[in-house]
Amino acid sequence: MLLGGLVVFLAIRAVVVPKDFGKFGHYRPGALETISARSIAYAGHEQCLQCHDQEAKVHGGGMHAKVSCETCHGPLAKHTDDPTANVPKLPDVANLCRRCHEKDAAKPKGFHQVDTLAHSQGMLCNSCHQPHNPQL
Amino acid sequence: MIPGVDGFIYPNEVELQWGLLVVLYPYITGLVAGAFILASLERVFKVEAVRPTYRLALLTALAFLLVAPLPLQLHLGHPERSLEMYLTPHRSSAMAMFGFVYLWYLMVVLLLEIWLEYRADIVRLAQTTTGWQRLVYKLLTLGSENVSPEARRIDDKVSYIVTVIGIPSAFLLHGYVGFIFGSIKANPWWSSPLMPIVFLFSAMVSGIAAVLALYMAFMKVKKMPLDMGCLDTIAKYLFYTFVIDFSLEMLDLVQRTYEADESFRTLDFMVHTRLWGSQVILQICVGTLLPLALLAANQLCRFSVSRRKAMYLAASLLTMMGIFAMRWNVVIGGQLFSKSFLGYTTYKVGFAAREGLLSAIGLMALPFIIVVVLVKLLPPWAEGKPSENAVG
Amino acid sequence: MDLSRRDIFKIGGKLLLLASAGATLEEILGAAPPSEAYRMADHWWGMIIDIDKCIGCGSCVRACAQENQVPAGFFRTWVERYQVEEGKQPLVDSPNGAMDGFPPSKRTDLKSFFVPKLCNQCASSPCVQVCPVGATFVSPDGVVLVDETYCLGCRYCVQACPYGCRYLHPQKRTVDKCTLCYHRITKGLTTACCENCPTGARQLVDFKNPEDPVHEFLRNNKVEVLKPYMATGAKVYYKDLDGAVR
Repeated sequence: MLLGGLVVFLAIRAVVVPKDFGKFGHYRPGALETISARSIAYAGHEQCLQCHDQEAKVHGGGMHAKVSCETCHGPLAKHTDDPTANVPKLPDVANLCRRCHEKDAAKPKGFHQVDTLAHSQGMLCNSCHQPHNPQL
Repeated sequence: MIPGVDGFIYPNEVELQWGLLVVLYPYITGLVAGAFILASLERVFKVEAVRPTYRLALLTALAFLLVAPLPLQLHLGHPERSLEMYLTPHRSSAMAMFGFVYLWYLMVVLLLEIWLEYRADIVRLAQTTTGWQRLVYKLLTLGSENVSPEARRIDDKVSYIVTVIGIPSAFLLHGYVGFIFGSIKANPWWSSPLMPIVFLFSAMVSGIAAVLALYMAFMKVKKMPLDMGCLDTIAKYLFYTFVIDFSLEMLDLVQRTYEADESFRTLDFMVHTRLWGSQVILQICVGTLLPLALLAANQLCRFSVSRRKAMYLAASLLTMMGIFAMRWNVVIGGQLFSKSFLGYTTYKVGFAAREGLLSAIGLMALPFIIVVVLVKLLPPWAEGKPSENAVG
Repeated sequence: MDLSRRDIFKIGGKLLLLASAGATLEEILGAAPPSEAYRMADHWWGMIIDIDKCIGCGSCVRACAQENQVPAGFFRTWVERYQVEEGKQPLVDSPNGAMDGFPPSKRTDLKSFFVPKLCNQCASSPCVQVCPVGATFVSPDGVVLVDETYCLGCRYCVQACPYGCRYLHPQKRTVDKCTLCYHRITKGLTTACCENCPTGARQLVDFKNPEDPVHEFLRNNKVEVLKPYMATGAKVYYKDLDGAVR
């Protein structure tokens, strides 16, 4: 009876467990492909440069040069796939700039930070600063 | 501010992962191991006094073992994939290896032992009953109807061997559960080499207490005389096992307090606040010290039969509650504090949820129903036959 | 000119030959070069984090959530703020994982800083060790991943992770965690969090690449991993990590 159970078990195992299980380690190698094939949301700033070279020039010469385009503009892989169909929304300036630049004791001392209310008296940051090249 | 959270916890720690059902699981397997150890007292250690409970202990162990996987199945995110543990077990995982220990114990130890013990009765019942009962008993004979003295001698020999193998198997069954917790270095409340031992002894305590209570219950319901010699012996073993268990748990507590390592402050605070009711009041005072006192009293003085019965019953019920509290404190307690040692979260038990109170109550009731069915199917005691030390 | 059938075949055949020759030539010369197949054996991934550069903006948390559809209330990465007072336990907070940055620090007189956290991609991962079925594993290129179709949802790995980086996905009912954006790094991109970090506090590194800046970084800086006494083989290195960090 035990032998019969063992045979049934081995039969089930042969059917259910993929043949290459254990190839790289104790797991299903197919998982690597499945995970690699997931869709991408952020295109990466190099993609933006391919069309937006004007903005890139301005951006590249300023303090925000190292800040990726999508950090402010959000995930844009859909836009690079079909630029006219997926037009990105402009960022919400009121909250966006504050998240990085609001003065805080925990932020590194050398980083540009201000008490935004005192600094701008309620005006939007881009009234004076050009976001791509913000120095004044 | 997240409701239920005090201080700082890692953002993913808010919700407890292992809840009430995972508390239930070691409790149930503990009862299995404990009941079996009690049964083995008679068979291997020749403690004749507990003979009247031998069969009941085996049936109790089986009933609980059958229910044991159910809380886990309800807890899994994908119970339909649970067969993977047998198909591709990860050898470095205690949980995977436990699946085989469970299977081994169920098939080779428990079922075999019960079959061997009951074989003569099964054959007799197959011959004397009619209708669908006859069919059931005929199936249970597994084709072997030889009950000659020779065959019975072989049965006894094999049964003895099975029990001898069964004792370390029972130790492994519940020691493994302790190891599943004890081997997690990330959790200082769990990580301890004492964990498997503590789990095992508390399992034995709960199992013995369960059989004691069930024996008294069945004798009352069947209106059969209670064997006081048996009861006294079980209570004695319960007492000694409990003393060992309590000593081990106190050792853990004392050592922790003395060494006062990095985790001590946060754990100490947790025990004094969130775990005060369940650990200090329920587990230690009401669930351990009180039953120990009741049992110790019976070792020192001789009380009347009715007094003894009341004390034993109270002690065993309190013990079973205390050991449940212990499982709760280990499983839930281990997740109430943050691994940052800077904060705590709260556990809210759902009621009608999949892992809620209702499921837990149902799962705890189920083995008792099964044991009643098993007792009807495979009667542990010949009806109406009083034993020597029987009292009303 | 009168074209006989023979002539048509002759001219047609020559044209066909020309066309195919041209197509082949185009393939060899004019078409895009074949993409470099990603070879797992060539890579051993990790991350370096510079505490002194982190401004706690939470861009990484938002980017990760968008890139990987992380369910609300759970975090594949998060940022913690520490405010350390002499002789006391540090004050730590992480409001919604720093998804919207941090509210202003109430105390300005304390040593305070931000610590981004994520899965440490441990080489001797305790979470992989305890998985009963082999649903979580270390890939040949050093990334700890979860096989969604195989995971039972037992949550043993969640208990075993010392860093709190795993969670049960509420809809999928399997365990989820940071994948080091495996779907991006195998295509030559960087992780979503590193891509969107405005100060370069987080950087993806490849230990097997001799030109990777990680080698110089480890040589020239005082670095630490989280909970080194757990011996997990963590591959996320922090520069200037304060002792108060948990």
